[in-house]
Amino acid sequence: MATSNKPLVWAVFAAGGTLAAFVLPAIIFSLTLGVVLGWIPPEALAYERAIAGMQSPLAKLAAFAVIVPILWHAAHRLRITAHDLGVYADGLVMLICYGIAALGTIATLVALLGL
Amino acid sequence: MIRGPYVRPVGRYSWWLSQPRYIRYMLREVSAAFIGAYILMLIVGLLRLSQGPAAYESYLTAVLSSAGVAFGLITFVFAVYHSLTWFRVTPKAMPLRMRGKAVPPAIIVGAHWLGWAVASLLILLWVAV
Amino acid sequence: MRETIHQLEVLRYDPETDTAPHFQTYAVTCQEDWVVLDAINYVKENLDRTLSYRWSCHMAVCGSCGMVVNGEPVLSCHAFVRDYPEKIRVEPLANFPIERDLVVAIDDFVEKLTSVKPYIISAEERPVESGENLQSPEQLAVFKQYADCINCLLCYSACPQYALNDSFIGPAALALAHRYNLDSRDEGRSARADVVASNPGIWECSFVGACSEVCPKDVDPAAAIQQTKIASTVDYFMRFLMPWRKQ
Repeated sequence: MATSNKPLVWAVFAAGGTLAAFVLPAIIFSLTLGVVLGWIPPEALAYERAIAGMQSPLAKLAAFAVIVPILWHAAHRLRITAHDLGVYADGLVMLICYGIAALGTIATLVALLGL
Repeated sequence: MIRGPYVRPVGRYSWWLSQPRYIRYMLREVSAAFIGAYILMLIVGLLRLSQGPAAYESYLTAVLSSAGVAFGLITFVFAVYHSLTWFRVTPKAMPLRMRGKAVPPAIIVGAHWLGWAVASLLILLWVAV
Repeated sequence: MRETIHQLEVLRYDPETDTAPHFQTYAVTCQEDWVVLDAINYVKENLDRTLSYRWSCHMAVCGSCGMVVNGEPVLSCHAFVRDYPEKIRVEPLANFPIERDLVVAIDDFVEKLTSVKPYIISAEERPVESGENLQSPEQLAVFKQYADCINCLLCYSACPQYALNDSFIGPAALALAHRYNLDSRDEGRSARADVVASNPGIWECSFVGACSEVCPKDVDPAAAIQQTKIASTVDYFMRFLMPWRKQ
């Protein structure tokens, strides 16, 4: 049998899944729910503060390291889920899932370099 | 002896509804749809932030609108479910042995929960303070 | 001893006369300490001699009496009747063709089990004169759990990926491959990788985890497969980073 190339995407899936497990609930909470509940002051997300916080190279690196693997994690899991739900056109599903993830990766780079 | 094995059909679209454990599995997998969409939303946020105050403010208004908050709430629930399921199976994928003995899975899961709590606290403090 | 009457709904299929399986109900008076297999044996001995099923040891070691009881794959010798409601529905293991009644055709599994080379492979032949191939208790403990598999196939019955994809090597065979890969005396990991690390091998698994939940021996095939995924991923990248390194 042919050697599988799955390790390529699976490695990113596993890394992204681990990252998401550690940081995503807190990110969602602090950027959305926490503000509504009043735990996070609305000024915390104000433009001046956000741009200052995100302009440091360390913050950009961190944002990239969090966003990209989690995006690919989701893309890979959805590819598998499509098959589970009876969509067997794996080539097309792969193109859509990984295509969006690739575009998202480029968009993240563009955004971070443009800050 | 006559052989005529009977193959029972499997529901291509509905198999996962046949058992609670399959439904729990599917909920775990579907978390990726919400997590992926939320990440795309964050990427849009970074793009809007790089486009100046007006673009960013309108993005923030959308995120904190009732639809944005509802989406955030659903994604939050799925993200927590993802974390719980992910850490629960970590000792299976990466078992630890120390001094010839298996480290109890509960300790590995507990250590991950601790790391999760610390990471969450740091993120909250970084955003809020 | 307390007695209860149970309605045993058994899936029947006779390849000589039936085009599809159907349920047949037997009223069985069960003793309190009976397992489902006892009830089926009672049917065979007293009510219907045409009923076909497999069993042997009656003590959860032979792995022949796996059946789906009230929707859950179990060893019928390991499932007490008193734990079930009045109606007990007994079906053959899912995801295998039905040979006759509760007997399934397991040819596919046997073929897959063979394909993962579930035996110790040495790089060089070991003559008898070289003596025992020693192993410490610590080295045994590393894989002991995966050696407890009795090939009862409950895991295949529970696995939706095996249900959806005939080519998937499946839980028990992959767990057994892992058992030999972890064995300190074994040198056959790369020989097994051809099948194990292929798409129909570990990569068809999406970690539903049902296999481990139904396993009567706590083998935890899902864990074995995830560990093999990690090891195979390391192998994959190592080939690019250190191509001179022997597999």
